[in-house]
Amino acid sequence: MAEPQPVLEMTGIVKEFPGVRALSGVDFRLFPGEIHALMGENGAGKSTLIKVLTGVYSLDGGTVTVDGKSVLFASPLQAQQAGISTVYQEVNLCPNLSVAENIFIGREPTRAGRIQWKRMRKEAAELVDRLGLDIDVSAPLSSYPLAVQQLVAIVRSVGTGDSDGEGSGTKVLVLDEPTSSLDRDEVLELFRLMRQLRDEGVAILFVSHFLDQIYEICDRMTVLRNGTLVGEHMVRDLDQVGLIELMIGKALDQLEELHEHQLRSDVGETLVQAEGLGRTGGIAPFDLEIKKGEVIGLAGLLGSGRTELARLLFGADQPDSGKVTIGGKQVSMSAPNDAIGAGVAFCSENRKAEGLVPDLTVRENIILALQASRGWIRPIPVAQRDELVAKYIKALDIRPANPEARVGQLSGGNQQKVLLARWLITQPQLLILDEPTRGIDIGAKAEIQKLVVSLSEDGMAVLYIAAELEEVLRLSHTIGVLRDRKLVARLTNGPEITTSRILETIASGEHQ
Amino acid sequence: MSATTKTPTVPEGRTASQASPVARLLGDRRLPVLVTAALFLAMYITGLGRYQNYGFTEPQVFLNLFIDNGYLLVAAVGATFVIMSGGIDLSVGSVIGFTTMFTAWMVERQGLPLLLVVPLALGVGAFGGFLMGYVIHNFEIQPFIVTLAGLFLFRGLCLVISKESISISDSSVSSLAQAQAQLGIGFLSIGAIVALVVLAVAFYVLHYTRFGRRVYAIGGNEQSALLMGLPMGGTKIAVYTVSGFCSALAGLLFMLYIQSGDPLHAVGMELDAIAAVVIGGTLLTGGSGYVLGTLFGVLVLGLIKSLIQFEGTLSSWWTKIATGVLLCAFILIQRAMTARKQT
Ligand SMILES: Nc1ncnc2c1ncn2[C@@H]1O[C@H](COP(=O)(O)OP(=O)(O)OP(=O)(O)O)[C@@H](O)[C@H]1O
Ligand SMILES: [Mg+2]
Repeated sequence: MAEPQPVLEMTGIVKEFPGVRALSGVDFRLFPGEIHALMGENGAGKSTLIKVLTGVYSLDGGTVTVDGKSVLFASPLQAQQAGISTVYQEVNLCPNLSVAENIFIGREPTRAGRIQWKRMRKEAAELVDRLGLDIDVSAPLSSYPLAVQQLVAIVRSVGTGDSDGEGSGTKVLVLDEPTSSLDRDEVLELFRLMRQLRDEGVAILFVSHFLDQIYEICDRMTVLRNGTLVGEHMVRDLDQVGLIELMIGKALDQLEELHEHQLRSDVGETLVQAEGLGRTGGIAPFDLEIKKGEVIGLAGLLGSGRTELARLLFGADQPDSGKVTIGGKQVSMSAPNDAIGAGVAFCSENRKAEGLVPDLTVRENIILALQASRGWIRPIPVAQRDELVAKYIKALDIRPANPEARVGQLSGGNQQKVLLARWLITQPQLLILDEPTRGIDIGAKAEIQKLVVSLSEDGMAVLYIAAELEEVLRLSHTIGVLRDRKLVARLTNGPEITTSRILETIASGEHQ
Repeated sequence: MSATTKTPTVPEGRTASQASPVARLLGDRRLPVLVTAALFLAMYITGLGRYQNYGFTEPQVFLNLFIDNGYLLVAAVGATFVIMSGGIDLSVGSVIGFTTMFTAWMVERQGLPLLLVVPLALGVGAFGGFLMGYVIHNFEIQPFIVTLAGLFLFRGLCLVISKESISISDSSVSSLAQAQAQLGIGFLSIGAIVALVVLAVAFYVLHYTRFGRRVYAIGGNEQSALLMGLPMGGTKIAVYTVSGFCSALAGLLFMLYIQSGDPLHAVGMELDAIAAVVIGGTLLTGGSGYVLGTLFGVLVLGLIKSLIQFEGTLSSWWTKIATGVLLCAFILIQRAMTARKQT
């Protein structure tokens, strides 16, 4: 097959941050009408390559050509004007503006310089509809959950340049982990759209840690490891095992371990007892019992109330009804502090908005919750603190393994690990994990799951929320099924419980 | 992720409007403006009841609010742009003072026609704003620091022109100052009309132009605005230029109102402008608010002044105290609103 000219070619790309060489001599090319996966572990340099390409970071070496012409973008705006539209890893939109504005800002439909709001809202609604999303586009973006915001970001990038005839139209679409907070259905919608764009000749760069997704949608892939290029392959020529080995640079055997791992069968006495706990607009009143050493997985579609349930148990939202007893004592749950005092920890799904302090170091971020629970007058002894931090950096394989690094400079997946470490270090009695493996690479994901199992063996109760049903199924003793903001069923895990059984329960919404 | 769900996405699970009425009200961005407008009305009605025998019921009392505070409204509109973008401009008062000095000196001492001096003064103000914006953007320095430098610079320039005040006797100035537009129920001065026109233009710009929406976007999240490919630098510089221009225009109106130039005119007026913007419901952190709110903010401040005048026995310092109390109250409302949004 004679290869056409690549629409985008990057050669010998070098990018250095103080103390880190994030990219050293990476080559990358992208052809029109293909979906190209950029693969690599957390911190491999994927996002950095994308940011160098789109003018967020300056280049320390190498060349970029678009359509055969050498280019150097000084800002994302210039990249957009050249037909490269990008969805960056973290949702980067303006929460104070409406959904419609977020989609159109910078290229609003105007007549004689006057923004045509009606037309804009109508076109926004149409674009949103193309992704199968049914939302009010005039509401502020901040009123929607993360997944919707993610979809809006995608809609924005896809819509760039195509409606008003301005600009050159999208030639290259870059999607950095667009699926990490999406449910299966939304992923399918996104894939449908991506295929459609590909068939129209758009070149798509796609990043995801879900290997199944890569194999489902991508034609070609480029693998990075530690900022260097490992290779470019056609997806059909490389199987999953081969790909993982390329990514991690060693044969995989320890990854398999978990699949045979047995959950501890005997759980302890009751730890948490929620009775009639509920909040209007959040989740209908539910009863839930969590035992010591038990892992409870929550399954349900996006917006089914998974996060809302967890937030009630943490006091992040105030319940309107019901009560919670933890370890036999009733807890008022009017603020997270009450819950923390009672030994509950909550690792939020929204690490950017509610979790990390980007300007503090890894160490400071990790000890934040522990320090807070001790009160500020009793600092943790330095030696003990450093030892604890080092332990969790190692256990979660946070890279760079430098407690002094600023969290804002870590790769997305590594930031997620820092957040997890923060709560693990407090040794809570009940650990609530809301999408803990979002954006985490396959190796680290297995590590985290192993960690959950060993924590439960040590007697910690875990409430585990994940979009991936297999993940829930693999880890949990008990599975709580949610639907339409109601806890509809509690299934005890066993051989007869399968993902399809859970899906049926979700679909039928009946108690069993 | 190979689990497939057959059910379609549940739309009702993700609509925004599930919160309780109170929460929805607290989350509504228009709430602060409504509160301010309601406050203004309540104060006005109180005034009507309390001072009805002292002439408060005259419509002219209402119109005088615009006449006496036109310059403040113009300055506050400029400040609204800056605050909306997440910045701050401390040079407003100094630029106003400088403009009065500059025009008075040009007209009285140099004998230049007003028609020439006005665009010159506006140009100087806008250029000053442009320079500050340029420094803020290109050297990534806090707006607080840069405009503080601007504050000292312009105040210093006033004194370079003259240490004493210059009163204006030029006929074109006094005829302009005395010109009145009859409205049937009363009259408005040129200054009040200019202020209202500025307000209308600002409203249009903020809501119906791309530039205006960029101002909101930058105030909402500067980093995101950059990644969304918005021309950040240009917008920021433009915002400070607008503020400089508005300050100079406010200076001209102030000069008309007072008919003199004085190196100590309008000391601290930037704080009045900022107070009006905040009371008008614009978030100090940027990205949320309406320029119409600023109008109500200015009207409330003006009404406090005139109520205290009508009261007669109260010292004018009560104006400051009342402003302080209001400011605190409104910042608390803002706090409650942002706290809601975070959950
Ligand atoms: N602004 C920055 N300052 C300093 N170092 C940075 C910065 N951004 C990224 N890095 C470093 O560059 C390396 C590559 O990070 P990058 O974000 O590209 O990883 P990634 O492949 O996208 O990983 P992930 O899958 O976790 O998103 C990491 O070691 C990271 O710590
Ligand atoms: Mg990344």
